[in-house]
Parts: sequence; structure tokens; C-alpha cells
Amino acid sequence: MIRDITIGQYYPVASPVHRLDPRTKILLTFIYIISLFFIDFFIGYGFVVVALYAAINVTRVPIKFMLKGLRGIVFILLFTVVLNIFFTPGGRVLFSWNFITVTEGGVKIALMMGARLILLIIGSSILTLTTSPIELTDGIESLLNPFRRIGVPAHEIAMMMSISLRFIPILLEETDKIMKAQMARGADFETGNIVRRAKAMIPIMVPLFISAFRRAEELAMAMEARCYRGGVGRTRMNSLQYKRRDCYAFIIGTLFMIVCFIL
Amino acid sequence: MAIKISGLTHIYNPGTPFQKTALEDIHLEVADGEFVGIIGHTGSGKSTLIQMFNGLLRPTSGEVYIKGKNIHEKGINKNEIRQQVGLVFQYPEYQLFEMTVYDDVAFGPKNLGLSKEEIDERVRYALEAVGLDKKYYEKSPFELSGGQKRRVAIAGVLAMKPDILILDEPTAGLDPKGRTSLFNQLKQMHEELKLTIVLISHSMEDMAKYAEKLIVLYKGKIAYQGTTREVFKEGRKLEAIGLAMPQIRYIMEELKARGMNIGTEVLTVEEAADLIKNYLRNAGGVK
Repeated sequence: MIRDITIGQYYPVASPVHRLDPRTKILLTFIYIISLFFIDFFIGYGFVVVALYAAINVTRVPIKFMLKGLRGIVFILLFTVVLNIFFTPGGRVLFSWNFITVTEGGVKIALMMGARLILLIIGSSILTLTTSPIELTDGIESLLNPFRRIGVPAHEIAMMMSISLRFIPILLEETDKIMKAQMARGADFETGNIVRRAKAMIPIMVPLFISAFRRAEELAMAMEARCYRGGVGRTRMNSLQYKRRDCYAFIIGTLFMIVCFIL
Repeated sequence: MAIKISGLTHIYNPGTPFQKTALEDIHLEVADGEFVGIIGHTGSGKSTLIQMFNGLLRPTSGEVYIKGKNIHEKGINKNEIRQQVGLVFQYPEYQLFEMTVYDDVAFGPKNLGLSKEEIDERVRYALEAVGLDKKYYEKSPFELSGGQKRRVAIAGVLAMKPDILILDEPTAGLDPKGRTSLFNQLKQMHEELKLTIVLISHSMEDMAKYAEKLIVLYKGKIAYQGTTREVFKEGRKLEAIGLAMPQIRYIMEELKARGMNIGTEVLTVEEAADLIKNYLRNAGGVK
């Protein structure tokens, strides 16, 4: 159950998207997110769905795997939609009871927000599913480099990100292990009301926190033991280079944005 | 029959590129009151197998019977199974969470819904069984040493009063004194309480000394299975699958190779000492 979270998980297959320069993919993801917020017609979303479907096909990651990532945000999604339905004024009143009124505008905004969130998560999971964490942070570091002059610690940010990405599967595995160990002692995480379930989390959270701190300390020690002192003067084994296919990808991305603006 | 497994196969992440067959067509039986060892190379499926014993993992195919009951049948209470089969994971001290040692050990019995008196009795029984001094009962488990933490964690499982105790490398990271005393306590519980014990260990010496039966896993399959003596008879074949014989066997083989007419199939140092003594007596002393 806990392994279902796909955000931040790399899916290793060979595809044109996997071979793209990470910087290209990061920039395209930005373009995609910005474009999403310009659209406010349903036809526009239709277009995005088609484009997204095509992109997913090119990545060769099974679509089922992408959709799994949505499970983690079901709660936020429902929350957003419900909130928008009830609290957005405007348009014809469809339904009214005591202080609750549902308007046409509210339903429209709610659906739009829901669609936006879903597309946002699926779209950005393409980036993390097709880019290994190392490539991803290399890309971020390289993109942030120009901002170093104004005091942005590019290398440190990239290093922090790569460590946190690396820790996601480790902590998930750890959680799984601790859960099993407590279940072996008869712990029950699935029944009871919300207070009981929250209480049942304590036997997981305490050991998890302790182990997270322990691991962080061990990692810091291991890095220091190998003379890590930050980014100054570090060279890398594989330096990033834009290729022709990155050029094509940018052209497709720009076209996508223009179409989104027009729609 | 304490544990019976038939035709069990387990595949992790089926249908993804991470798909991995951890166990394949496993058949095994553990009789009541037996002390069984599981050995195998890292990644051979040992830890997956023991999670089958108390239903933490559901096999992709095949059946698991505990005391004759198929644990994945409908209407079986999983908590009842987990009370019967106590499972101590690797590095169990990492699962401690309570404010005091006493409360942590009481976690299991509390989950079973026992009365306060019963819980108290079980906590004291379990902590005594692992040999932890009374002065530690009200201390925070995080103040204890590594070996003491390990004892508390094992006590946490013992307090469930399982009929079958399963331990995944319980002595990993313990000092020699801690190892010996833990093993001796296990052996004592095995003999006095007729506790069925299944143990994973990488120490062939410990296995030779304590286990009555051995199950050897290799790449998710059972490579050898039988009494400890039978399995170690395979000798150097074990080396081919990443294992070894007890060290004393190597000494005996070396002695034989150098001209001592002596049996080599020994399990423990004591046995070897007897053989050598006999040999020397019959041969009339050292040349």
C-alpha cells in the first residue's frame, strides 16, 4: 500500500524521453505547468489530455503507473473540489439549502481545479519517472548556476534535493519494516475511529523519526569522511550537453504552449 | 505440525520493471518443538520466507499452514496467528518507541486485549526470560546499550507468548558475550517451554551448535533440507552457493589431509576434541 506513491520514483526503461537532457525536461515541465494555468476552457483541457497521453506513450512508462501517483493526492483533490463547489459564488444558482448554495460558476471552477490538479501531478510525474535523481539534480544545479552571482547556493540546493529524493524510498521502506514489526506485535492500523487510528501511528512515527535522524547523521559523517566540502571546484564525470533531440523537444514544447495560449 | 508450507511462490512488484521472484516453489515442514535454522546467501529469500510464517506477506501462490490452519483462508483472525507466531525482525531495537522498557514490552499483550494483571505477568515473564535486570524496567529504552535494547525488543515479542518463535539474525551486531547469552537463553526456552524456534543466521558455527534441522535457501529455492548433520555433509557444495561449513570442519579436513586417520564430519568443537582425543589414545600419542 505504502509503495504505491510514485512521486520521486524513477522508472528505468529506454525511451526517447529518458534520453533527453534533464534540463530540457525540467524546463518543459515548467512550460507545461505555466501553460496549464493559462487554460480556462474545457476544450483546452481536452487538448492537454491528448498531448499528455501522447507524451506518456513516448516515455514507455505504463499509464497505470502514472495514475497510481494520484492516489496520494485523492484527499487534497476532494478537498479542493468540495470547497470550490460550495464557496464559489457566481452564475445561476443550481441548488440551495439553508446556508449552502451551489452555483453554476462554483461547479465549473471546482471541475476546472480538479482537472488542473490531476494534470499537474501526472505531468510532473513524467519528469521524475523518466529522470534518475542524479540527472535531475545535475539539471537543477546547472539551471541554477547563473543565479549564483546573486547569492543562490545552487550546488547546496541541488545536493539537498538529491539527498531528499534519495531518502524517499529509504524512508518508505523503513516505514514498511516498522509497520510490519509492530503488526507482528498485534498492532492494528486499519480499524477504529480517527482518534484510535492517529494513536496507532505513534508506534510507527517514533521509531521512524529516530531512524531518520540516525541516518542523516550517518550520511553526514560518511560524506565528511570522503572530504565533501561543498560545490566549489568540483568537477563531474558526466557533464550535461544539449543534443539535437533536445532541440526538437523544445520546439514541441513551445508549440504546445502557443496552442494553450490560443485556446 | 507447527508450520507447513506447500508450493509457495512469491513475486515482488509483479508487472513492473522491478518485478522480482523472491521465492519459488517452496515446500517445507517444521514440527512442534523443533529448532530449525534457515541459512542462505544475502538475497536468497530468507527474510521473505519468515514473513510468510505469520501472514505479513501474502504469497503470490501456494499455502501456508500454521498448526494445521491455512492462514490465508477466509475467517482466519490474523492477530491470532501473529500471537501464535512471534516474529523478531533484524535489528528489532529500531522498533522501540515507548517511554519505558516496561511499556514497550507491554505493547504486544495490550494489543491482545488482556487484563492488566495478565499484562503485568507477561511483561515480567518476558523481561526475565531475556535476562534483563529489574532496575531497567522503568528506564527509557533509548538509554540502554545496544545489546540491552535488543533484549527488550525480543522480550516485546516473547510477551505475546508465542508457540513458535522466529528470529531473523538476532545476534547481528552483538558482542561475543551477548551472542552466547542470547543463544543460551533461546536454547533454554526451547528445551523448557518446548518452544518451536526458527532462526536465520549467517554463523555456521551457531547453526551447527543449536539447530536440529537446517533449511538452505539459494536464489529463492530450497537447495538442501534435513538435519543439521545431513546438510553439513554436503560439505564444499555449500561453498558454491555462498555458504560455508562450520570452521572446525575445515580444521578436521586439514588434519586428515596431513595424515591423521580421523573422521571429519563434526559439528562442534567439543565433538572434534573428542575425536582427536580418541585418535591420539588409539594411535599411542603424538609422533
